Formats: sequence, C-alpha cells, structure tokens
Amino acid sequence: MTIPFRQQQMQPMPNGKRTQAGNAEPPRSVPAGALIEFERVSLSLAGRPILQDVNLEIGKGEFVCVVGPSGCGKTTMLRLIAGLFTPTSGKVRYAGAPVTGPRPDIAIVFQDYGKALLPWRNAAGNISLALEAIGVPKAERQERICRLLQLIGLADDADKFPIQLSGGMQQRLQIARCLAQDPVVLLMDEPFAALDALTRQELQDEIQAIVAARNSTVFFVTHDLEEAIYLGDRVFGMRPNPGRIVEAFEVRLPRPRDWLTTPEHPEFLGLRRALFDFIKKVK
Amino acid sequence: MTGRIWWRIDWRGAAVPIGFLVIAQLAALNGDLQSDNLAAPSDVAVACWHAIIDGTLFRRTLETLASALGGLALGGSIGLFSGILFGLFQTVDRLMNVTVEAVRPIPSAAVIPVFLLIFGFGFPMEVLIVAFSVTWTMLILTRAAVAGIETRLLEVSRALGFGFGARVYKIILPAALPRIFVAFRLTVAIALIVAVTVEVAANPQGLGYTIMLAEQTLRPDLMFAVLAWIGLIGWALNAVLLWTQRRLFGMAAIDEPAP
Repeated sequence: MTIPFRQQQMQPMPNGKRTQAGNAEPPRSVPAGALIEFERVSLSLAGRPILQDVNLEIGKGEFVCVVGPSGCGKTTMLRLIAGLFTPTSGKVRYAGAPVTGPRPDIAIVFQDYGKALLPWRNAAGNISLALEAIGVPKAERQERICRLLQLIGLADDADKFPIQLSGGMQQRLQIARCLAQDPVVLLMDEPFAALDALTRQELQDEIQAIVAARNSTVFFVTHDLEEAIYLGDRVFGMRPNPGRIVEAFEVRLPRPRDWLTTPEHPEFLGLRRALFDFIKKVK
Repeated sequence: MTGRIWWRIDWRGAAVPIGFLVIAQLAALNGDLQSDNLAAPSDVAVACWHAIIDGTLFRRTLETLASALGGLALGGSIGLFSGILFGLFQTVDRLMNVTVEAVRPIPSAAVIPVFLLIFGFGFPMEVLIVAFSVTWTMLILTRAAVAGIETRLLEVSRALGFGFGARVYKIILPAALPRIFVAFRLTVAIALIVAVTVEVAANPQGLGYTIMLAEQTLRPDLMFAVLAWIGLIGWALNAVLLWTQRRLFGMAAIDEPAP
C-alpha cells in the first residue's frame, strides 16, 4: 500500500498543504552543497514583476523539472541560471559564485530547434560552432564531432543541413551541439514540446541515458506533467502573477525508467494525480 | 554548369524587343528617315560593330564600369559597415536616424555640381558620387537584414559566450548574407545608373559621355548603339548576380522569378 506522495511530503509541514520550495526540508536525493542556488530572487521586466522571491537549491547531478501555467516564469528561471538575465534583487549562484553571464559549462537546449540551428552550416558545422566557442583546436574538432554525431544517432547525416533533417533529428543535433560544450548543467526549455509523441519518448529515453552517463545536472522546463515525472528527480510547481515556486514534488521512481512499466508504477500514478490537481488549482 | 544559366533564361521574354526592332526596321525602310535624329536598327547595329572594332566601345565601357564598381566598393563597404552597426545598436540607429533620413533623399544628380567643384573632372569625382548614392541603399537594406536576424540565433551565440567579433563573423554576417546580397544586386544597378548619369551630365569619359558626343555630332546611330549596349550590360550584370545568388544561397535567398 503506497501513500500518495504529496501526503508523505506534507506530513512534516504542519502549516497547510502548500510549501515554499525553499523552506521545504531538503529531499533525500539532493547531495550536500547545492550547485545552483536561488536566494530570494525577484525579477521585473519593464516594471512588471516576473518572478518573486524564488528560493531554490539544485544539487549536482540532480534532474529538476519545472511545471506551471504559461507566463509563470519557468523560462525566466532558466535564463537566470544561463546568465542571460540578471535578477532585480536576490542572488543566483552557480557553484557558490554569483552568475554574471553565460558560461561554457552551462548549455541551453531551446524548444525551437529550427531557429536555434545555423541554417548555413551542416550538422557537423553546427556542432563545430560549440567547439569553436570553447576553443577546441581545429585538429581535434573532427573527431569530437564524429563521436557526438554517433552518440546522438546522426552519424550518417554529418553533411546534411538542418533543413534536410526531420524535427526530431534537428533537436538531436541541437542536443549534440550542447553536449559538445561538455556542460555540467543542461538547461532544457520545453525541448520536446514540438515533436510527435513517438519521437518525444525516444528522445526522453536518450536524454535520460545521456544524463545518467555524464552525471549532468538538468533544469528542465515543460508543460507535460507526465514528462516531468518520468524524467525528474524533483518537480517544482510554479504559479503566475508574479511567478513563484509554490510546490515541490519528489519523484521516488527507480531508474532507469521506461515508458512501458514506469507509468504503471503506483508512485507515478500518485504523482500524476497530484500534479494534475496542482495545475488545475493554479490555473 | 555554363549551360545552366542559358537554360534558366526564359527566351520568350525576347519576343517583345525583337518584334519592336523588326517594326522599327520596317518603318525605317518604308518611311523617309532623316538620319540626324533617328536611326534604323540596322544602322545602329553597324555603328555598334564599328565601335566594337575600333576599341572605343570597349574602352568607354571599362571607364564606366571602373567608376561604377569603384564607387560601389567604397560606398557599399561604408553602407555595409554602418548598416551592421545601426542594426546591432539601437543607440547608434537613433543617434543617426535624422542625419540619414535628411541626407538620403538628396538626388545623386544634385550633388554632381558640388563634387565637380571640389574634385574637377575625372575618376575621383565620379567614383565619389556613385559611392554617395550607393551608401544609403546599402545602409538601409543591411540594417534591415541585421535587424531581421532570428533573435534565437543571437541568443545562441550569447549563450555560447562568443565575443563581439566572433558573433559578427560567425553568426550575424552569415545570417544576414542572403539579404545583404540582394542589397548588393540592387546597388550594382544603382551604381551603373549613377555613373552613366554623371558622364552624361558632366564628366567627359565613359559610355555616358559617348552618348553625349554622338548626340552633339549628330550620330543617332551611335547614340542608340551605346544606349542598347548599356542596357545589355545592366541586364548581363543582373543575370550573373542572380545566378550567383541562387548558387550561393539556394533556398535561403529571397526568391524571385528567373531572369
């Protein structure tokens, strides 16, 4: 008999159902010493508050998913970690130091792969861009490009231009370009939202394997609740106007996960119900 | 490869000019044509042939093309450089907006006296007037090309941590290049027009001057021959550039009907 997850988590919280993520007791999966920290982070753009008072700690090697209705600041948080935004108040820290700008060990996978790839460079050239950015000497590039293309299943398409690749392959290519940076952190902004269901599951499994092999830390923004449960170690629920984290769900599902058995797991079903309830409530 | 360019030209487009020439020839044969203001197409062809044989047409063409291309190189690069700057930095754009919009509408013919006074006859004056005319078109089209770059690409280049130089070289220029090339094609046409205008109006060299000379020496056959020749040059330049554009950018180019 499994107790629904939310009750488990709420037990130590006497003051109601909703918890400030930052105040919640650290879940067991978080290793000591956070890699990414949000400390009372607020952000306003053009006078409009986008994020308010966000506290969050992400441990090294953790897979964190963020869900919430449109406009709740999910992507904004991602951009703050990437150093593309600076908080209006509060601190965003990476490995203990404040984030001041983009850095090569943090890579972003955008949703719109069609716009994020360089149309005038072929697959190999697009991966090469990241290698050029981190200063890999020309002689070494070819070999690393080959390895990455193989890893992501595009070994035969090195000479093809993005326009000649399917959506799934384009997104694979973008992921390969990000991996070329040899990142510690992968920021993924609804990376599979534009793909068909089968390709999406394929890529979810591949990203799972890649993350496990490299022990990457992932911040994954999504609208797909099942995807969040399937991939994440923790799922954060956000609420808009202004954006803030209002609930944290811990995913205690065994890894590796697969689409055949994992969704039948009682833990998955319990979380699914909890997340659907949450989304209905905040909408 | 050379066969392809001919293949792509739609020869049906030649029907109208050829028909016109035939009618003009018939009219000239039947009518009583005085040769001091009009010329039969056959006479024009003969005059053209003579001009080719004795080398004048070739020499004059070189003079005009040298001025046009020299001005294009100068004005084009100034326009390109400032267009990129204006497109990237809104501050620069706002700062220069009034200046550009005030100077741009000045017709190139209106600056001929000014440049003539300063530089006298010869290449420098003509090159600079062409440069002046070309700069604005290049600037405005390049600015639009740079401002129209997919913002996601700029974000990608920022996230990858490229410096300003690498960003321009690796992302901005290649992304804007298809549209910059269209701008280049337009400015080539402008450069030729302005060069000939300057020669007709003031500068004693090149094809424009040859037309003036033919008119003043009552040689309508030569006058029309040079006129047709300039048309041919413009047409050929555009055809070559269009072909280059298609080969370089393929799908990325803004599509236009075949020449």
